[in-house]
Amino acid sequence: MDELLKLLKENALESPDNLARLLNRSEQDIKKQIEEYERQGIIRGYQAIVNEDRLGLQRVSAVIEIKITPEREGGFDRIAERISKFREVEALYLMSGTYDLLAFVSGDNLRDVALFVSEKLATIQGILSTATHFMLKTYKVHGVLMEAQRTDERLKVS
Amino acid sequence: MNGSKSPEKRTGASRVADYLRDIPRSGIRDFFDIVSTRKDVISLGIGEPDFPTPWRIREAAIYALDRGATAYTSNRGLLKLRQGIRDYVDRVFGVRYDPETEILVTVGVSEALDLAVRAVVSPGDEVLYHEPCYVSYRPTILFAHGVPVPAVTRAENGFRLTADMLEPLVTKRTKALLLNFPTNPTGATLGREELEGLARFACRHDLTVITDEIYSELTYEGEALSIAAFPGMRERTIFLHGLSKGWAMTGFRIGYACAPAELSEAMMKIHQYTMLCAPTLSQEAAAEALRDDRDTVEMRRAYEQRRNYICSALNEIGLPCHKPRGAFYVFPRVGDLGLTSRDFALRLLDEYNVACVPGTAFGACGEGFLRCSYATDLEEIKEAMARLAVFVKRLR
Repeated sequence: MDELLKLLKENALESPDNLARLLNRSEQDIKKQIEEYERQGIIRGYQAIVNEDRLGLQRVSAVIEIKITPEREGGFDRIAERISKFREVEALYLMSGTYDLLAFVSGDNLRDVALFVSEKLATIQGILSTATHFMLKTYKVHGVLMEAQRTDERLKVS
Repeated sequence: MNGSKSPEKRTGASRVADYLRDIPRSGIRDFFDIVSTRKDVISLGIGEPDFPTPWRIREAAIYALDRGATAYTSNRGLLKLRQGIRDYVDRVFGVRYDPETEILVTVGVSEALDLAVRAVVSPGDEVLYHEPCYVSYRPTILFAHGVPVPAVTRAENGFRLTADMLEPLVTKRTKALLLNFPTNPTGATLGREELEGLARFACRHDLTVITDEIYSELTYEGEALSIAAFPGMRERTIFLHGLSKGWAMTGFRIGYACAPAELSEAMMKIHQYTMLCAPTLSQEAAAEALRDDRDTVEMRRAYEQRRNYICSALNEIGLPCHKPRGAFYVFPRVGDLGLTSRDFALRLLDEYNVACVPGTAFGACGEGFLRCSYATDLEEIKEAMARLAVFVKRLR
């Protein structure tokens, strides 16, 4: 992956001026490159990584394993696209192994997610079965540890 | 006691061996004592990685402790670690050593350096080295009752060392040449041509070369070269390396020395009687470390970007600074602002709470320079540069 993309993945808020210094390029050059990535759809958006456990929200997250019957035309894609349009679905992947799709879902409460699965998801034609696993605690998201404090035990001068 | 004639009683200082009294404490430690009295300091004075040791390495140490790997190892170190060292040094530097007779695992490169100097230097022998340099070279030579002979490297040449700088320093007593590239504190590296010149110089005067390669993984431009790989050099070179910097393992204290069998045996003897072996858990961790260098590559990438940042910031502030090609230090010139290095560093600490090490800690020729380490979080570097800019503006 390009160094600029790596840096933005680490910290999307890094200013073009700083990115230019880090990569030994001009600020103009960096801005153009970012625009280019956005235009090509390589950069799809910018988000903060939030430890929701700390917010005291009562929200509920789950992963759902979904088995489907692939269609003659369109394979898994048509059903997958249909599922991914639901607001509740935060991420969706086609998987190898004993099930076909893996959905990351969240709702305001347990009932919310349960209703989504039973009324929206399971009723879609082509879906054979679902298995829902509720998440209990978050340890690491997008490569970021949720609880670790940055500590520096080094001597101040060495 | 018991009527035996007592000569004049020794006082505290006179109980200490004569040769030690004149050797000053490390200038780094000296500055550390000042900095450690203060709170909330942004420190660019730290000579070790800010990354934690990669988890797979720490996990290997935990596993080793779990299964009770807490006995001595052989004096030379765990065989699997020595084999890992053989493969690594061969792959990266193109020199192959025999793990049975030519590789010795030590407690950091510091021990390895001490062993190498003691194995080579007889009292009165002269040892060439380059300044500014890491604080321990001169004292290590003195501990072996050798005579340190520094060659001064200069900012205008990127602090590089060439054979013609050494030639006038050679005498009948010159025994060895000590090299450290990339250099702490300047970040200087040597190219193929300079190394070739130094190799020919060493052969011409039949010198033993001790080369400290501790920063070699942190080489940003050009290839990591060791003088040990040049024609005629393997037989006369003691190659020192370790895992502290490249693998962020400073506290594990693992270094190693590769050298022809006779030299290695001599070093092993001292090591055997004074250290026995490097800590076993650390050796287990080091063996795991050498299996993979992806973490090292990732860390190097981060250091390189910070280097770019800090050089561009320093030059903008108006502190001229050659772009170091290795290690994680920049060595800007601060001598044109009317303060000595030490006063500059003290005021920067006192008034702006930013710690850097005065260049004089690395030799008298470091006067006028400041060592800034960029083994520090980028956000801290940014803040330190902003404060430094204000200070420099005020001095102008």
